[in-house]
Amino acid sequence: MKVPILKLKDILLTSIQIDLTDEDAIEFQNDVMQQVSRTEAKGIVIDITALDVVDSYMSRVLNDTANMVRLLGCEVVITGMQPSVALTLIEMGRELINVETSLNLDQGMEKLQQLISASDSTRAVKGGEYNE
Amino acid sequence: MNNQEHILIKESSDVIRARQMGRKMTKDIGFGSADQTRLATAISELTRNIIEYAGEGICDLQIISDQNNIGLKVTVEDKGPGITDIESAMKDGYTTGGGLGAGLPGTKRLVTSFDLQSEPGHTKITIELMRRKII
Repeated sequence: MKVPILKLKDILLTSIQIDLTDEDAIEFQNDVMQQVSRTEAKGIVIDITALDVVDSYMSRVLNDTANMVRLLGCEVVITGMQPSVALTLIEMGRELINVETSLNLDQGMEKLQQLISASDSTRAVKGGEYNE
Repeated sequence: MNNQEHILIKESSDVIRARQMGRKMTKDIGFGSADQTRLATAISELTRNIIEYAGEGICDLQIISDQNNIGLKVTVEDKGPGITDIESAMKDGYTTGGGLGAGLPGTKRLVTSFDLQSEPGHTKITIELMRRKII
Protein backbone atom coordinates (compact mmCIF):
# COMPACT_ATOMS: atom_id res chain seq x y z
CA MET A 1 0.00 0.00 0.00
CA LYS A 2 1.61 3.24 -1.17
CA VAL A 3 1.38 6.45 0.81
CA PRO A 4 0.93 9.34 -1.66
CA ILE A 5 3.39 12.23 -1.43
CA LEU A 6 2.12 15.50 -2.91
CA LYS A 7 4.17 18.48 -4.04
CA LEU A 8 2.89 21.96 -3.23
CA LYS A 9 5.29 24.65 -4.51
CA ASP A 10 8.55 23.91 -2.68
CA ILE A 11 6.92 21.76 0.00
CA LEU A 12 5.98 18.09 0.11
CA LEU A 13 2.86 16.93 1.87
CA THR A 14 2.14 13.38 2.91
CA SER A 15 -0.49 11.84 5.14
CA ILE A 16 -0.37 8.28 6.44
CA GLN A 17 -4.01 7.20 6.27
CA ILE A 18 -3.78 3.48 7.03
CA ASP A 19 -1.99 1.13 9.40
CA LEU A 20 1.36 0.41 7.77
CA THR A 21 3.03 -2.98 8.00
CA ASP A 22 6.75 -2.88 8.79
CA GLU A 23 7.55 -3.35 5.10
CA ASP A 24 5.15 -0.55 4.13
CA ALA A 25 6.82 1.74 6.67
CA ILE A 26 10.26 1.17 5.17
CA GLU A 27 8.87 1.68 1.66
CA PHE A 28 7.35 4.96 2.84
CA GLN A 29 10.73 6.02 4.23
CA ASN A 30 12.41 5.28 0.90
CA ASP A 31 9.68 7.09 -1.07
CA VAL A 32 10.04 10.19 1.11
CA MET A 33 13.82 10.24 0.62
CA GLN A 34 13.48 9.83 -3.14
CA GLN A 35 10.83 12.52 -3.49
CA VAL A 36 12.79 14.99 -1.36
CA SER A 37 15.87 14.44 -3.46
CA ARG A 38 14.02 14.44 -6.81
CA THR A 39 11.87 17.54 -6.18
CA GLU A 40 14.53 19.50 -4.23
CA ALA A 41 11.80 20.34 -1.72
CA LYS A 42 12.68 22.74 1.09
CA GLY A 43 10.36 21.11 3.56
CA ILE A 44 8.03 18.21 4.15
CA VAL A 45 4.99 17.73 6.38
CA ILE A 46 4.25 14.18 7.52
CA ASP A 47 0.71 13.97 8.84
CA ILE A 48 -0.05 11.06 11.19
CA THR A 49 -3.58 12.04 12.27
CA ALA A 50 -4.97 8.68 11.14
CA LEU A 51 -2.38 6.57 12.96
CA ASP A 52 -3.99 5.13 16.09
CA VAL A 53 -0.93 3.06 17.02
CA VAL A 54 2.66 4.25 16.91
CA ASP A 55 4.73 1.49 18.48
CA SER A 56 8.49 1.44 19.06
CA TYR A 57 9.11 0.33 15.48
CA MET A 58 6.97 3.02 13.85
CA SER A 59 8.41 5.70 16.13
CA ARG A 60 11.90 4.65 15.06
CA VAL A 61 10.93 4.79 11.38
CA LEU A 62 9.41 8.27 11.78
CA ASN A 63 12.40 9.47 13.75
CA ASP A 64 14.90 8.05 11.28
CA THR A 65 12.98 9.40 8.29
CA ALA A 66 12.92 12.91 9.77
CA ASN A 67 16.65 12.84 10.54
CA MET A 68 17.53 11.45 7.09
CA VAL A 69 15.44 14.11 5.38
CA ARG A 70 17.18 16.83 7.39
CA LEU A 71 20.55 15.48 6.30
CA LEU A 72 19.41 16.23 2.76
CA GLY A 73 18.86 19.84 3.80
CA CYS A 74 15.07 19.60 3.91
CA GLU A 75 13.03 20.67 6.96
CA VAL A 76 10.46 18.30 8.53
CA VAL A 77 7.38 18.69 10.68
CA ILE A 78 5.25 15.77 11.88
CA THR A 79 1.63 16.77 12.47
CA GLY A 80 -1.53 15.45 14.04
CA MET A 81 -0.34 12.93 16.60
CA GLN A 82 -3.34 11.56 18.52
CA PRO A 83 -3.27 12.41 22.26
CA SER A 84 -3.52 8.73 23.20
CA VAL A 85 -0.58 7.95 20.90
CA ALA A 86 1.53 10.67 22.56
CA LEU A 87 0.56 9.31 25.98
CA THR A 88 1.49 5.75 25.04
CA LEU A 89 4.85 6.75 23.53
CA ILE A 90 5.86 8.65 26.66
CA GLU A 91 4.71 5.84 28.96
CA MET A 92 6.78 3.39 26.95
CA GLY A 93 9.78 5.64 27.28
CA ARG A 94 9.81 6.52 23.60
CA GLU A 95 9.50 9.86 21.94
CA LEU A 96 10.31 11.50 18.68
CA ILE A 97 13.76 12.90 19.30
CA ASN A 98 14.94 15.96 17.42
CA VAL A 99 11.74 16.08 15.39
CA GLU A 100 9.49 19.12 15.14
CA THR A 101 5.82 18.31 15.75
CA SER A 102 2.59 20.27 15.50
CA LEU A 103 -0.94 19.71 16.68
CA ASN A 104 -2.44 19.88 13.20
CA LEU A 105 -1.70 20.50 9.55
CA ASP A 106 -2.42 24.25 9.80
CA GLN A 107 0.10 24.84 12.55
CA GLY A 108 2.48 22.38 10.96
CA MET A 109 2.59 24.36 7.70
CA GLU A 110 3.26 27.54 9.66
CA LYS A 111 6.07 25.93 11.63
CA LEU A 112 7.58 24.48 8.47
CA GLN A 113 7.61 27.90 6.77
CA GLN A 114 9.39 29.35 9.81
CA LEU A 115 11.98 26.56 9.76
CA ILE A 116 12.56 27.10 6.06
CA SER A 117 13.04 30.86 6.34
CA ALA A 118 15.29 30.40 9.39
CA SER A 119 17.52 27.97 7.50
CA ASP A 120 17.49 30.24 4.42
CA SER A 121 18.68 33.23 6.46
CA THR A 122 21.38 31.14 8.17
CA ARG A 123 22.62 30.16 4.76
CA ALA A 124 22.57 33.79 3.61
CA VAL A 125 24.61 34.90 6.64
CA LYS A 126 27.09 32.07 6.21
CA GLY A 127 27.36 32.93 2.51
CA GLY A 128 28.13 36.57 3.38
CA GLU A 129 30.91 35.63 5.79
CA TYR A 130 32.37 33.32 3.25
CA ASN A 131 32.64 36.09 0.63
CA GLU A 132 34.63 38.39 2.92
CA MET B 1 -19.32 -9.78 21.10
CA ASN B 2 -16.78 -12.59 21.18
CA ASN B 3 -15.06 -13.10 24.51
CA GLN B 4 -12.13 -14.89 22.97
CA GLU B 5 -10.07 -14.54 19.81
CA HIS B 6 -7.21 -16.59 18.48
CA ILE B 7 -4.89 -15.08 15.89
CA LEU B 8 -2.09 -16.83 14.06
CA ILE B 9 0.98 -14.61 13.74
CA LYS B 10 3.01 -15.34 10.62
CA GLU B 11 3.55 -12.09 8.74
CA SER B 12 3.60 -8.40 9.56
CA SER B 13 -0.01 -7.87 8.47
CA ASP B 14 -0.98 -10.27 11.30
CA VAL B 15 0.57 -7.79 13.75
CA ILE B 16 -1.92 -5.20 12.52
CA ARG B 17 -4.80 -7.70 12.66
CA ALA B 18 -3.96 -8.66 16.24
CA ARG B 19 -3.68 -5.09 17.53
CA GLN B 20 -6.88 -4.02 15.75
CA MET B 21 -8.68 -6.94 17.38
CA GLY B 22 -7.27 -5.93 20.77
CA ARG B 23 -8.49 -2.38 20.26
CA LYS B 24 -11.95 -3.57 19.25
CA MET B 25 -12.29 -5.88 22.26
CA THR B 26 -11.20 -3.21 24.76
CA LYS B 27 -13.61 -0.78 23.10
CA ASP B 28 -16.42 -3.35 23.41
CA ILE B 29 -15.91 -3.56 27.18
CA GLY B 30 -16.01 0.22 27.50
CA PHE B 31 -12.33 1.16 27.75
CA GLY B 32 -11.41 4.70 26.71
CA SER B 33 -9.16 5.58 23.80
CA ALA B 34 -6.01 5.83 25.96
CA ASP B 35 -6.45 2.27 27.23
CA GLN B 36 -7.41 1.03 23.77
CA THR B 37 -4.17 2.51 22.44
CA ARG B 38 -2.09 1.14 25.35
CA LEU B 39 -3.31 -2.37 24.70
CA ALA B 40 -3.10 -2.17 20.90
CA THR B 41 0.47 -0.89 21.19
CA ALA B 42 1.45 -3.62 23.67
CA ILE B 43 0.04 -6.28 21.31
CA SER B 44 1.94 -4.70 18.43
CA GLU B 45 5.25 -4.96 20.31
CA LEU B 46 4.74 -8.56 21.43
CA THR B 47 3.50 -9.94 18.12
CA ARG B 48 6.29 -8.18 16.22
CA ASN B 49 8.79 -9.95 18.48
CA ILE B 50 7.26 -13.26 17.37
CA ILE B 51 7.90 -12.46 13.72
CA GLU B 52 11.35 -11.05 14.34
CA TYR B 53 12.67 -13.78 16.62
CA ALA B 54 10.53 -16.89 16.12
CA GLY B 55 9.03 -16.58 12.63
CA GLU B 56 5.56 -17.59 13.74
CA GLY B 57 3.38 -17.99 16.80
CA ILE B 58 -0.02 -17.29 18.21
CA CYS B 59 -1.83 -14.45 19.95
CA ASP B 60 -4.81 -15.23 22.18
CA LEU B 61 -7.09 -12.48 23.40
CA GLN B 62 -9.63 -13.05 26.13
CA ILE B 63 -12.01 -10.79 28.01
CA ILE B 64 -11.74 -11.56 31.71
CA SER B 65 -13.50 -10.17 34.77
CA ASP B 66 -13.98 -10.66 38.48
CA GLN B 67 -16.24 -8.97 40.95
CA ASN B 68 -14.66 -5.54 40.67
CA ASN B 69 -12.54 -5.50 37.53
CA ILE B 70 -12.82 -6.15 33.84
CA GLY B 71 -10.15 -6.30 31.22
CA LEU B 72 -8.34 -8.11 28.50
CA LYS B 73 -5.81 -10.89 28.86
CA VAL B 74 -3.45 -11.39 25.95
CA THR B 75 -1.18 -14.39 25.60
CA VAL B 76 1.47 -14.61 22.90
CA GLU B 77 3.35 -17.85 22.40
CA ASP B 78 6.00 -19.07 20.02
CA LYS B 79 8.37 -21.97 19.49
CA GLY B 80 11.36 -19.77 18.76
CA PRO B 81 14.83 -19.83 20.30
CA GLY B 82 13.61 -18.29 23.55
CA ILE B 83 15.01 -15.40 25.54
CA THR B 84 18.25 -16.54 27.16
CA ASP B 85 18.74 -13.51 29.40
CA ILE B 86 15.32 -12.41 30.65
CA GLU B 87 16.75 -9.92 33.13
CA SER B 88 18.59 -8.04 30.38
CA ALA B 89 15.63 -8.30 27.98
CA MET B 90 13.53 -6.40 30.51
CA LYS B 91 16.04 -3.55 30.73
CA ASP B 92 15.60 -0.41 28.65
CA GLY B 93 17.97 -0.23 25.74
CA TYR B 94 18.76 -3.95 25.53
CA THR B 95 18.32 -5.58 22.13
CA THR B 96 19.57 -8.54 20.16
CA GLY B 97 17.43 -7.75 17.16
CA GLY B 98 18.77 -4.42 15.94
CA GLY B 99 15.95 -2.39 17.48
CA LEU B 100 16.25 0.21 20.18
CA GLY B 101 15.36 -2.28 22.89
CA ALA B 102 12.32 -0.48 24.26
CA GLY B 103 9.90 -3.25 23.30
CA LEU B 104 9.53 -5.46 26.39
CA PRO B 105 10.17 -2.95 29.20
CA GLY B 106 8.02 -0.39 27.36
CA THR B 107 5.21 -2.91 26.98
CA LYS B 108 5.36 -3.79 30.68
CA ARG B 109 4.78 -0.14 31.59
CA LEU B 110 1.60 -0.01 29.48
CA VAL B 111 -0.26 -2.87 31.15
CA THR B 112 -1.49 -3.96 34.59
CA SER B 113 0.34 -7.27 34.71
CA PHE B 114 3.13 -8.79 32.67
CA ASP B 115 4.43 -12.35 32.87
CA LEU B 116 7.23 -13.79 30.78
CA GLN B 117 8.24 -17.43 30.62
CA SER B 118 10.89 -18.53 28.23
CA GLU B 119 13.04 -21.56 27.50
CA PRO B 120 14.66 -22.70 24.26
CA GLY B 121 11.79 -23.74 21.98
CA HIS B 122 9.01 -22.04 23.91
CA THR B 123 8.31 -18.47 24.91
CA LYS B 124 5.05 -17.36 26.49
CA ILE B 125 4.19 -13.81 27.48
CA THR B 126 0.93 -12.98 29.23
CA ILE B 127 -0.28 -9.44 29.75
CA GLU B 128 -3.44 -8.09 31.30
CA LEU B 129 -4.97 -4.65 31.18
CA MET B 130 -7.55 -4.46 33.95
CA ARG B 131 -9.80 -1.60 34.98
CA ARG B 132 -12.36 -1.21 37.71
CA LYS B 133 -15.90 -1.96 36.58
CA ILE B 134 -18.11 1.09 36.35
CA ILE B 135 -21.01 0.44 38.71
